[in-house]
Amino acid sequence: MNSITRSFSNALRATIPWAVPIGILLVWQIAASLHWISSTVIPAPSAVLAAGIRTAASGELFRHIGVSTARAAAGFALGGSIGFVFGLLNGVSKPAARLLDSSFQMVRNVPHLALIPLFILWFGIDERIKLYLVALGVFFPIYLNTFHGVRTVDTGLVEMGRAYGLSRAELFRQVIFPGALPSILVGVRFALGITWLTLVVAETIAASSGIGYMTMNAREFLQTDVVLLGILIYAVLGKLADSGTQLLERRCLAWHPAFATQGAKN
Amino acid sequence: MSESPVPTARGVAVSLEKVRKVYEPNRIVVEGMDLQVNAGEFLAILGPSGCGKSTLLRIIARLLEPDSGTLSITPDNPFQTAYVFQDAHLLPWRSVLDNAALPLELMGIDRTAREAKARAALALVGLMDTESLYPAQLSGGMKMRVSLARALATEPRLLLLDEPFAALDEVNRFHLDVALRQLWQWHGMTVIFVTHSISEAAFLANRAVVLTRRKCQIKLDRQLDLPLERYASFRTDPALAAEISHLLEAMEEE
Repeated sequence: MNSITRSFSNALRATIPWAVPIGILLVWQIAASLHWISSTVIPAPSAVLAAGIRTAASGELFRHIGVSTARAAAGFALGGSIGFVFGLLNGVSKPAARLLDSSFQMVRNVPHLALIPLFILWFGIDERIKLYLVALGVFFPIYLNTFHGVRTVDTGLVEMGRAYGLSRAELFRQVIFPGALPSILVGVRFALGITWLTLVVAETIAASSGIGYMTMNAREFLQTDVVLLGILIYAVLGKLADSGTQLLERRCLAWHPAFATQGAKN
Repeated sequence: MSESPVPTARGVAVSLEKVRKVYEPNRIVVEGMDLQVNAGEFLAILGPSGCGKSTLLRIIARLLEPDSGTLSITPDNPFQTAYVFQDAHLLPWRSVLDNAALPLELMGIDRTAREAKARAALALVGLMDTESLYPAQLSGGMKMRVSLARALATEPRLLLLDEPFAALDEVNRFHLDVALRQLWQWHGMTVIFVTHSISEAAFLANRAVVLTRRKCQIKLDRQLDLPLERYASFRTDPALAAEISHLLEAMEEE
């Protein structure tokens, strides 16, 4: 294969994932322009873009994105760190796992969004409800994957560590944590999905700012373009967070055959 | 193999007295074990699978506490023992060089010095151009060499090996046997080598102990009447064959 054909085939390969979304957008734009679909039901992509420019220019869009992102980050940090700590604790200590794990599994089987009415009764619609709901949703995937990751660390490596005199702290730093990391990062990816899902629901029900609030508010005024804009922003934020984790996986797990792109650096 | 760039270390003496180890439920693995290993000796421990030879080695490495009896190592200093397992047990997230340097890192040696020592140890086992690779990129034989280099990097005075080459093909195994024997000659450390391969034990060791299938008793304790220098060609030596048949006889009765 010559270099022109090869670069053409590379370009084609890079373009292919975009073909379907761009095709849909085109069909959608044409259908809206020809009034095949009502603009109150689904406004044209150009109208959604215009709504984006309008709300961005007024500063409203970035304020809502900022509020939602801060909520996502705070809830993720809270639930993720608690899940990580309990995952580690139960992973390394069998008595702790015996005491706590079955209780966690019971709570896990309650859909966390079913707690919204209760949380509204307890906290009203202030910031805490969003924070706690996201934290609760994030807790379980991080907990489960950390627990599983720690439990499945190669026991041979642990024994090797002991044979070379690793202290408990060093054993954790050198063997257990890096060994559990692939599993923990899978948990992070699941948890990020749950973060945005929870935030959508919480912000549409109990909020006075954020993307969810913006879309619910737009619904009141029949601004379908803003509603669609809100949905698209959730998709973009979710995708960005997921891409960030993938990048983290590639950086932290370069040693792993599944992520290997090159040899180690020294 | 290159010439030894590492100064000679002296071995330690190991003594086990009336050592007993029982696993749950009431399964006696080692009973009344008395074993004296002299400083600088190359001892092979032979026995059928499941006879407790690995348990014995773990007790010597202090990975297991005996239920009764005593273990003494003279002199007894920290970081003087290295253990090579049946599997290489390399940390997959560390490069070859960082794996070989791990014990040195634990000893608090600075990066430049530990990397120089790790490189020297890798050169000793014939691995020069692989230091930046990850374990997943190595063959089984190379992984085992890294594991051996990691053990040698600390210049151990007591080297414990638990069937380290059992999973390798014969060619690799023969190469590593020769390498190990030379390393022992250069360094003079005490080596205790657990294996179920009679020919490997006879080729490597100066003294062989055959254990019984039950309770890990010493059935035969034999000084091998073989020359010091042993190269690949020594495998077909009649003296080696004679020692193998002695050991085989003791093993066959098990």
